[in-house]
Parts: sequence; C-alpha cells; structure tokens
Amino acid sequence: MNKDAIAEYATRLGDDALVLGHRLSEWCSNGPFLEEDIATINTALDFIGRARMFLSYAAELEGAGRSEDDLAYTRDCREFKNLLIHELPRGDFAFTTVRQFLVDASNVLFFEALCESSDPQLAAIAAKSVKECRYHLRRSHDWLLRLGDGTEESRRRCQDALDDLWGYTDELFAMDALEQALLDAGVAVDRVALKERWLPLVSAAIDEATLQLPALPALPGGGREGIHTEHLGHLLAELQFVQRAYPGLQW
Amino acid sequence: MSQTETEQSKTEQSLEREFQARVDAEEKIEPKDWMPEAYRKTLIRQISQHAHSEVVGMQPEGNWITRAPSLRRKAVLLAKVQDEAGHGLYLYSAAETLGISREELLEALHQGKAKYSSIFNYPTLSWADIGAVGWLVDGAAIVNQVALQRTSFGPYARAMVRICKEESFHQRQGYEIMLALSRGSAAQKAMAQDALNRFWWPSLMMFGPNDDHSPNSAQSMKWKIKRKSNDQLRQEFIDQTVPQIEVLGLELPDPELRWNEERGHYDFGPIDWDEFFQVIKGNGPCNRQRLQHHIRAQREGEWVCEAVRAYENKKRGRKAA
Repeated sequence: MNKDAIAEYATRLGDDALVLGHRLSEWCSNGPFLEEDIATINTALDFIGRARMFLSYAAELEGAGRSEDDLAYTRDCREFKNLLIHELPRGDFAFTTVRQFLVDASNVLFFEALCESSDPQLAAIAAKSVKECRYHLRRSHDWLLRLGDGTEESRRRCQDALDDLWGYTDELFAMDALEQALLDAGVAVDRVALKERWLPLVSAAIDEATLQLPALPALPGGGREGIHTEHLGHLLAELQFVQRAYPGLQW
Repeated sequence: MSQTETEQSKTEQSLEREFQARVDAEEKIEPKDWMPEAYRKTLIRQISQHAHSEVVGMQPEGNWITRAPSLRRKAVLLAKVQDEAGHGLYLYSAAETLGISREELLEALHQGKAKYSSIFNYPTLSWADIGAVGWLVDGAAIVNQVALQRTSFGPYARAMVRICKEESFHQRQGYEIMLALSRGSAAQKAMAQDALNRFWWPSLMMFGPNDDHSPNSAQSMKWKIKRKSNDQLRQEFIDQTVPQIEVLGLELPDPELRWNEERGHYDFGPIDWDEFFQVIKGNGPCNRQRLQHHIRAQREGEWVCEAVRAYENKKRGRKAA
C-alpha cells in the first residue's frame, strides 16, 4: 500500500486524538470536584499519548524529516484533518460527558477493528488504544446515566448537549476514497459497518439515562478535507503559540 | 475549681505527659490516639494548607498545559499536574482522619481562613516559568517534605513518603525544561533567566518567616510536627540550588549569594518580608484570581454533585423496592 495514504490516515487519527485531548485538558482545575479533575486530566493524557503515536508514525512514513511536533505545531487549520466533533468547545460538564460517551463508544468499535489492520504499526497503536477506550467508555457511560437520570437540571443539560452533538456523529461513520482504498488493502477500518453496532449501543444507554434519541439531521462535516468549525483556529492559536512565536527551536 | 474539674485537669496533664513521652520516643501518633487539642488544630492547619497548595497549584501550571511547546512536554506536564491533584487528595484524606470534612476544609479556603503556599499567587507568564516552578517550587517543597516524612503524626508522615517520590520526578522535569532553555537560543536563555529571577525570592519565602518571627515553630518542634526550622530548611534549599544554577549557566538571581567557607553554607541577601506578608494577607498578584477560580469551578460543579446524589438516591430506592 502506498505510504502517503497510510501517512494521511495516521495523521487523521492523530489529529482526532490531539484535538480532543486538548479540549479535555482544558478541564484542568475546572472540574466539578477534585477526583473528576484527576480523571479528566488522565483521560486527556491518554489522548495526547495516542496523538503522539499516530503523528510520529505519520511523520516517519512521510520521510521528509518532520517530527510529531512539526505536524502538531506548524500546520494550519486547513491542514488539520480531525473530525469536527472533537474540536467543539468543551462546554459544560454535560457537554463533555455526552461527547465523550458518543466518541468513546465509537472508538471502542473502531480500535477493536483497527487491531486487525494489515499495517503492523497501526495495529499495535490500536491494541494499546482499545484498552484505554474500553475504560473511557465505562466511565463516560456511568456518567451519562448519573447525569441523565439525576436531577431535572442535569437531564436538561444532557439533552441539550446530545441535541447539539448529534449532527456531528454522522461524520464518525463516513468513508471517503482514501479510506475506502485503504480498507480494500486491509489497512483501514470500515466505518460504515461500525455504525450498525454503534447505534444500538448508544441508543440503549441514552434510553437507560432517560434521555431522548435526537431526531435531527446530520450536519455537513468536512473535517477530513480540512473544512472545520470556527473553533479550531482558536484552539490552534493556543496550542501552537510558543512554536509560532519562537519558530524552529527545541524545547 | 471543683474536685472533678481538678481531677479532669490532672488527667489531662498526665495524658499530655504520656503524649509527649511517646513523641520524644519517636512513636507515631495515630488518628484514634489521644492528642492535645492544640496538636490536632496545628496539624489540621498545616495539612490542609499543604492540600490546598497542591490543588491551587494546579492553576498556574494548568495555565500552560494547552500551550506546552511540544507534545512530550505537554504529556509530562499533564502527568505532573495529575500527580499534584492526587497529592491534594491524600492530604485531604490525612486531614479528615483528624475529624474534619473536606467540605469544611474547602469552606475555610474559600473564606480566606485557610492558606495555601504563597508562591502560587505569582503568575506563570512564560513556558520557562513552568520549568522554574517544577525546579524551584517543587525543589523547595521537597526539602520541606523530606523533613516531614519523620513528622510525628502517622498519616501525614506516610503521605509524605509517597509524595516525596513523585515530587523528585517533578523537580527533574522542571530542571530539564530549564536545561533545554539555557542551552537553547538567546531568547530561550533570557526566558529562563527571567523565570529564575522572578521565582527565586518567592521560593525562598516558601519556608516561612525567620525563626525568630515564626510564632508556632517552637511548639511544633517540641511536638515533632516540624523537624527542622524554617531557616535551616531555607539554607538547605539554597545550598543545593546554587550549584544547579551554575550548571545551567544562568546568572545568580541574588548578587549577595556567595559561598561562606567558615559557615559551610551560601550567604544570601535580605528577603523582602514586606512582600511576603502582603501576599500572605491576600494582596499578591494572583490571590483573588486563584480563590475566585476555585470558587467558580466548585459553583459550576454543584449541579453535577446534586445529580450524583439524586441518581444514587433513585438507585437505592429502586433496590429497596
């Protein structure tokens, strides 16, 4: 299989992890109580660790002498390829919880499938990630139940978050020509097939949490082509500040 | 004094003698043991101050997590701040063994009755400040905490053993940041020097006032809550840190720092105690910001705590039904 295509695939997965890890890390010292601060920082750390594995692999395949940091810190908005759901601002604790739940459920299925990739490096990263994802899902699932089936206020906040996020979930299961070609070569995951398993899993939890499955249309998406929400530029301005202000140095 | 009161005070006196004898014999005092009320209060004050410092310290360090200049630095900083939060948890638990709840401890913090380390009332303005905080602030904390591993109250001493191991990793991560900067470009070196200059004096102040101005020290030493005096600990910190500054190749932040052969220690210039007392009183650069941040996060999380309680109640109700 063509190295460039795998590099692009690894970059996409790295960007997903980096951008969501960034959003989670914003919770540091802002969590509802200390235990939750610790848990959220810990989850952020898992995502940043995953981003490093994918991006350094992408840089290695590219073979142009770039590093994980060059990819993370010197690309602009249009070159970032993460799915939009990951970049939305962290919102309140309900928004963060619901997003984590939707994404964790998809990640468990995705990384289980990626463990079978014919690319040994992707399979190895997936094997490490899937263990984290299962734990993340257990946690976000428990929180979804507590908040959904907690007070009137917590239910309202969760339902609002679910409605706001729902339109972005379609993109989690979209394939384009690149991923289709990689799938044919046994490298990539069939995202379309994941949806059939994701939807019942998510619907059951939403129901158990006494929330309503939104009947809302999919939003346009575009992350894989670098068409983002307005939020990503601000995230990058913060993430990349030091490297942009003092370019080309070692830290 | 009535007869029973006299007897009670006699018992009190003999309990206190026994207590002191145990402390003198280096036995650890455990939560259920008899202890003088003042010993309990002193420990609550000190342990909670320590716990609050770990937690409030997440703010100036968290300030740079989203801007860390490399993914490796970001991951290490996340891990470090997570450790600090964990230290806060053990310490709140150690304080709770003395019969006070975490809610009460936080209430005292929010009302300004309980303190936290004054160093966290200074802002982290550059990436080098994260290096300086790890190196100097955690370095100073270790000097303090190594001594506290032998403190007389068991849960506190045991928490310190665990915390010290992690803190030495934190100090290394801070020093490693400073090392990279001091071997980097002119701009990076200037950034490192500026951070050292700004954090040096507040780090020395972390050990508290001079011994002759430290009102609680003598009693704490007698109870072996404190094992070394403020000035002794400060001197140890300076003696271990000056050679590290030299390795970095940075200028000394105090022109009066020089080795005194006769004393076998470094001499240093006068500390601005007015600044120290201003910050302690709440008038440092970030006091209001730090406290308001903590209060805001707790207030914003109230609905989450209510939801957790409501959910647990429903679950119990369903089980009972």
